[in-house]
Amino acid sequence: MKVTIDGIEIDVPKGTTILQAARLIGPQVAPPAMCYYTKLKTSGGYCRTCIVKVTQGSTANPTPMPKPVASCRTEVMDGMVVENFINKEILEARKGVVEFLLINHPLDCPVCDQAGECKLQDLGYENGSAKTRYEFKRREYEMIDIGDKIKLHMTRCILCYRCVKTAEQITDKRLHGVVHRGDASEISTYIEQVIDNDFSGNVIDVCPVGALTDKTFRFKQRVWFTKPVDAHRKCDKCCGKTRVWLKGEEVVRVTARKDQWDEVEEFICNSCRYDHKKTSDWVIEGPSPIHRNSVISQNHYQHLNELKVQVMKQQKALGFMPIDKKP
Amino acid sequence: MGKKLLIHNDKVPGIATLEVYRAHGGYASVEKALKTMTPDQVTDEVKKSGLRGRGGAGFPTGLKWSFLAKPEGVNRYLVCNADESEPGTFKDRYLMEVIPHALIEGMITSSYALGAKTSYIYIRGEYFYVARIVEKALAEAYAAGWLGQNILGTGFSHDCYVQVGGGAYICGEETALLESLEGKRGNPRIKPPFPAVAGLWGCPTVVNNVETIAAVVPIVNEGGEAYAKIGIGKSTGTKLISASGHINKPGVYEIELGLPVEEFIYSEEYCGGIRNGKKMKAVVAGGSSVPILPTELILKTAKGEPRLMTYESLADGGFVTGTMLGSGGFIVMDEDTSIVKNLFTFTRFYHHESCGQCSPCREGTGWMEKILKKFLNGTANESDVDLLWDIQSKIEGKTICPLGEAAAWPVAAAIRHFKQEFLDVARSKKFVDVSHYNKLYKVNA
Repeated sequence: MKVTIDGIEIDVPKGTTILQAARLIGPQVAPPAMCYYTKLKTSGGYCRTCIVKVTQGSTANPTPMPKPVASCRTEVMDGMVVENFINKEILEARKGVVEFLLINHPLDCPVCDQAGECKLQDLGYENGSAKTRYEFKRREYEMIDIGDKIKLHMTRCILCYRCVKTAEQITDKRLHGVVHRGDASEISTYIEQVIDNDFSGNVIDVCPVGALTDKTFRFKQRVWFTKPVDAHRKCDKCCGKTRVWLKGEEVVRVTARKDQWDEVEEFICNSCRYDHKKTSDWVIEGPSPIHRNSVISQNHYQHLNELKVQVMKQQKALGFMPIDKKP
Repeated sequence: MGKKLLIHNDKVPGIATLEVYRAHGGYASVEKALKTMTPDQVTDEVKKSGLRGRGGAGFPTGLKWSFLAKPEGVNRYLVCNADESEPGTFKDRYLMEVIPHALIEGMITSSYALGAKTSYIYIRGEYFYVARIVEKALAEAYAAGWLGQNILGTGFSHDCYVQVGGGAYICGEETALLESLEGKRGNPRIKPPFPAVAGLWGCPTVVNNVETIAAVVPIVNEGGEAYAKIGIGKSTGTKLISASGHINKPGVYEIELGLPVEEFIYSEEYCGGIRNGKKMKAVVAGGSSVPILPTELILKTAKGEPRLMTYESLADGGFVTGTMLGSGGFIVMDEDTSIVKNLFTFTRFYHHESCGQCSPCREGTGWMEKILKKFLNGTANESDVDLLWDIQSKIEGKTICPLGEAAAWPVAAAIRHFKQEFLDVARSKKFVDVSHYNKLYKVNA
């Protein structure tokens, strides 16, 4: 099936979604996705950041779709024409979605463990505005423990449902879900019950923000001070292929390997994630590929001055005073 | 006097019982359909009648039925949407409360047309007493052999169940209703697949409003063509309108589509004019989610033609100067009404009822409510009107289900037609007391 996204044509098999087709073309046309996760069935459609405009439904029925569609849940038709970054309306709508996601987000990035690898930071940087128009009290929740290894900080959650889908698909019981409704919705477990499964730690990896964090790593280290390496060990529960985050000789945390779209390649078990925190436990393959724009690859201090200049320039463009020049 | 097809017997004593209902010609459509017609013939009659969905969207019912996938060996379901929760709409409640057998009769006839062996009536949680009435009527129908195995000896078997919801507006959205019916959290599903292909338990399902199903009875009895003669153009038949607000005679009225709006409001037969001799200020014509219109636009279209109670005439001029027939919740406001306060009430409702799945609706509805609260507190600025406009434009059309639009349209229309009032309230910095809401509901703002 031929589909054209932002003027680039690609041939994809039947059943491919617009988002997948766009990802096949490359990041220059791929819409951002906060809730969609390739590995999780029925995920996607909630956050609305991946909305695109379909200007031609198909060759057989060329009428445009009246509303923007969620590209992650809309399958391509032969001859479909899609506009993403070239459509001003879509960019404006996405800016709106980002604003909605941020109005109740605490913006506590300086103390958040996810900072540096947070999808919401990236999204806000690319599509958001520098100032907020929201002047009311933000939503707050008490932190809760999901078992002894996972901390749930609902205040930061954007309700992408990824962890719910993960828990649903790794366990046969419903232990993890959403309670209440509307903007009072809350991710929760049944009275702080543990998700009793060897793969429960993966909810941390799928979380796009800092709502679910690894208690063995919390407040230990900023991610940009650590060095990620691909490593493996022999594991009888999972594939054993992981990403080990090193600080000097010390293993500060273990996560699953993530691909170009920040999605887990293969889920790993809790034993690999929590119990093997010695360098000798792992066979190190080499440095992990990290995108050059990521803050994680900025831990080489020779670039620091360059970065400072860039930040100053941006602040000036946005009309902020540099901190040291305030009257 | 307009023709009445649905509630012509509503004043007959004991019409809620099978005996009296049957004596007034009840269940004739079941006899006629099951004994003399094939299912396809029933569907054809409905198509000919031009009946359109009475739940709000106005989609042609015959067409909807013909979309139903009919694979071999797979169950099909008919689900009646009695989750009537739109502020200002109470027509289904009246119908079910007074003549419950009209709904059950429609359910049997429609199920026969669709080939559904099982059907469900999903009633909103707040209508638990209505559910009792319908259940009682169902028991009577079972006892008399109108439901169950081998109805009238024709070999057609049908079971009908009543399910009471938990009291959520969102469960009136058809896919959320199906989720709720399956025992899950009532979140709307992402479409496609549509319920006609994969609905309840993944089987092909038709979801129809109470009034739509009840309207199948006169269509089968008198024929689709006779039904199509009532009304104007593509708006055929009769419609139940629940009139409320500052009128002399609020209540449920059955009108022939095509009745002028002015006649509906001012004639003694229907609303009987504005109460206390006041002037009319605005009308919400089809339930709280449709755009509000000021007097001059509700009585006459922008072109100067008189506005009629039809799907087309009310929608004339698009959303700039028009509105929608919607579900028939006709709310009239007199000259003393504060549009800002009214809008706050509507927005508070949508904030409270948002399911929280997709971000624009979850966050946007609450934000709009908080800003409107500022107007009432006397702390709003003039720029807040533009902010409200911007927020609603970013919700509309970006959500999974129509609740986003339902929340955005009233805000858009109120600002479009009554912007000056918003600016006046913002400038006056006066406090408007809404503390009685806080007693009724937990208001976060």
